Amino acid sequence: MKLIFEKSRSLRSGVSLPDSDVPNVNSIPESLLRDKSPELPEVSELDTVRHYTNLSRMNFGVDTNFYPLGSCTMKYNPKVHEDIAGLDGFNSLHPLLPQLRGGGALTQGALAVIYETEKFLCNLLGFDAFTMQPLAGAHGELTGVMLIAAYHKSKKQSQRKVMLIPDSAHGTNPASAAMAGFIPMEIPTDENCNTDINTLKKYLNDNLAGIMLTSPNTLGIFDEHTQQICSLVHDAGGLAYCDGANLNALIGKLKPAELGFDIMHINLHKTFATPHGGGGPGSGPVGVSEELIPFLPVSRVIKRSDGTYCLEYDHPESIGYTAPFYGNFSIILRAYAYLLTLGIDGLKNVSENAVLNANYIRESLKTFYTPATDRVCMHECVFSPTSQMLKNGIHALDIAKALIDKGIHPPTIYFPLITKEAIMIEPTETESLETLDVFIDAMKEIAENALNCPEMIKNAPESTKVCRPDETQAARHPDIVFTQ
Amino acid sequence: MSYIANTGEDRDLMLDKIGIDSIEHLWNATGVPEGNTDFASLSSGLSEYEVYTKLKKLSLQNSVELINFLGAGYYDHIIPAVVSAITSRSEFYTAYTPYQPEASQGTLQAIYEYQTAICRLTGMEVANASMYDGGTALFEAMMMAIRITGKRKAVISEAVSPIYREIIKCYSTNLDIELHEIPAGNLDSNHQNLIDIAGNDTACILVQYPNVFGSIEDWGNTVEQIHKKNTLAVCSVYPQALSILKTPAAMGFDIVTGEGQSLGLPLNFGGPYLGFMATEKKLMRKMPGRIVGRTTEKNGGDAFVLTLQAREQHIRRARAMSNICSNENLCALAAIVYLSSVGKQGMVRVGELCASKAVFAKNQILQIEGIEEVEENIPFFNEFVVSLPMDASEFVGKMINKGYAAGFPLGRYYKNRKKQLLIAVTEKRTKEEIKGLANSMEAVLK
Repeated sequence: MKLIFEKSRSLRSGVSLPDSDVPNVNSIPESLLRDKSPELPEVSELDTVRHYTNLSRMNFGVDTNFYPLGSCTMKYNPKVHEDIAGLDGFNSLHPLLPQLRGGGALTQGALAVIYETEKFLCNLLGFDAFTMQPLAGAHGELTGVMLIAAYHKSKKQSQRKVMLIPDSAHGTNPASAAMAGFIPMEIPTDENCNTDINTLKKYLNDNLAGIMLTSPNTLGIFDEHTQQICSLVHDAGGLAYCDGANLNALIGKLKPAELGFDIMHINLHKTFATPHGGGGPGSGPVGVSEELIPFLPVSRVIKRSDGTYCLEYDHPESIGYTAPFYGNFSIILRAYAYLLTLGIDGLKNVSENAVLNANYIRESLKTFYTPATDRVCMHECVFSPTSQMLKNGIHALDIAKALIDKGIHPPTIYFPLITKEAIMIEPTETESLETLDVFIDAMKEIAENALNCPEMIKNAPESTKVCRPDETQAARHPDIVFTQ
Repeated sequence: MSYIANTGEDRDLMLDKIGIDSIEHLWNATGVPEGNTDFASLSSGLSEYEVYTKLKKLSLQNSVELINFLGAGYYDHIIPAVVSAITSRSEFYTAYTPYQPEASQGTLQAIYEYQTAICRLTGMEVANASMYDGGTALFEAMMMAIRITGKRKAVISEAVSPIYREIIKCYSTNLDIELHEIPAGNLDSNHQNLIDIAGNDTACILVQYPNVFGSIEDWGNTVEQIHKKNTLAVCSVYPQALSILKTPAAMGFDIVTGEGQSLGLPLNFGGPYLGFMATEKKLMRKMPGRIVGRTTEKNGGDAFVLTLQAREQHIRRARAMSNICSNENLCALAAIVYLSSVGKQGMVRVGELCASKAVFAKNQILQIEGIEEVEENIPFFNEFVVSLPMDASEFVGKMINKGYAAGFPLGRYYKNRKKQLLIAVTEKRTKEEIKGLANSMEAVLK
């Protein structure tokens, strides 16, 4: 499709702005003005609407297609959340308004949302406090590991630089650890999909800062050593951090803090049904145990004894400001609506059905693809192509592309890195049995083609406007901006 | 309500297939230990209508009826209806990161167009797919300069938003970075001091345009001198102002970042917002964040993909350019729809309206007895500082009673500016509202 810039016609206009009611005089000398107006599109309102509506139709979303993308929790995003986020009383609220009258008197409704979400999460997950500031999952990770750094510094243990990270972790874990000044050390996963305790034990000394564990791990498996790992790390003076990317498997069934985790980030855009937006905005609140509360980012929302809410800044040991204000407020608001709607009973159903759906897929496909493990999975299951498929030249990528022709968004592929040719499937709890069966049948048919007529799959997808873009060319000769 | 489709019968069928007789036994087989899960304090679920009503009530406890002259980096601009019409297309907002290009051409092309528009606004050659916000983008730009130069000192002007500076300080804590803050002049960035403190050991200077006081400064000469020290010049900009102002590229900046909230995003009590980043082509591979590129597909047509991914955390892990994974994709989409809808003419028009209304407001306000200019003849876009005959924090409190969010009292971040008030005027404000502001200010000061 042509770019919006290519649809531009000189002097065509797509907006109606008010006439000026003041003299057309400004204070800016000629030398500080642009010599040419910015070359933005000149299109009608209809042009804009049709262009972007047509672009939207080239996307798969949860509302249009089954989207079993592993570790991304592509569950249904309730529509009432969008109505609530669109309320003028929330979305036109200036973030500095609390500073115009003591303690947030002008924004009581918004502060209540932040405070009550934090309290709900504390009770649900077992932590003593949450910061709602982090703007995404990786941002929550960074905040979390910065809290670990501040904690060790306060104990005059700044030599604790080693951060243990299992080899199954998301790439953001080591990257976040590095940005907080830590040295990430990789711990292998054993044959039962658990963290290798013997390797871990080698690092239990005065240089250990902590461990970052994803729970359940990225194979969709609950690490049977979780509690043991947390206590080993604690005994060595380190802290245990939980990456909550996969929290959908546990909510309402278990409080992660009770496993021994001191810190955990969660993704509101995964577990708590806020939209992914095509890659953001997300929200990555961080929960902590009591001893880490002094280090949390400022500001903090508190509830006074008279029931009003206010912002507090006076926390001398705080790591400071990790975001400009109070987090991605309208995302927090959607998550709060979700928590209120489900309540504790609804939340318990979430994890049970997410686990049931994933195991149904695992069981249905285990003779057609190679499962990463025989263990009962949690919210997601991981497969690889069979060795015969690989001999036929069919890879995880080909299977993914073939699914697109079946109207299904592909699972996550080539991750986790510890499984060769991984295909990581997370159906979520909001999908029906019929949808799962359609997916299972599609996967079976693809498996059959992969064995008997692999050429059919190598050319997939055929139903979309583009097929297998040349990524090597894109990286070698980058064209990332349109020039006329 | 859990939005779950499975019926009891479905569950039985599925358990049957799995070969386990109950959900409880399935759960036990996962190996998750039994916990003491006392959730007694958590509420039961509510219906959709109850949740909506509860939150609607809370929304009414926020003072959004105030006439808004509050800015300080976050502005109340007109947002054409087209923007939410497009961002509420669920093909956009319920999609994930476009890792599968065939199923995400819509997102990918829109972001390529967004990158192009950011370059056209800033005058720079390349842009990324967006970052969290203006403050984190400026931090990422500093880290990029550190990677490029191999030097670990950075010099930042105090005329950069204090909100951004706090974020940068927070992130720098554990990174062995020497950060120098240069006190601002009256309403300017104290260029000579910046040049003097930035030595050959300095990775970059970080400045803001227009600066936090709203002043527009010519950076051309300063950037030239900074470059002589093999130091990079990084600038955080207000994109709406670039509708009419000389571009940061024309002044020689190497990396340009900014807060994109003014490009079609509601204020939303602090987020989600939109950080953008643009630079020169030769520095492209050192830029953090996602990038969309155009290439060709199997049948020879154009296609868009995420590209240059070898810079990113999912490939490079601990050695990545940044830990950032998301972009603020839906916000970037809002920005490109806004920029297309307002267009070349409209953008200039918005800029002119802002600039002339701000002049009008300043003139009205300076006529009030006791209110003084902080510095004469300093050009500004849509925000300016005046000095009051009283504490500005106390003053804005009194203005609330009159129905105005009159501006931002600078004393909160600058101890020597207790009486200074920063006032923003956008194209939304009418002559009547501006006169009403001035009249109320006069009444409060009497």
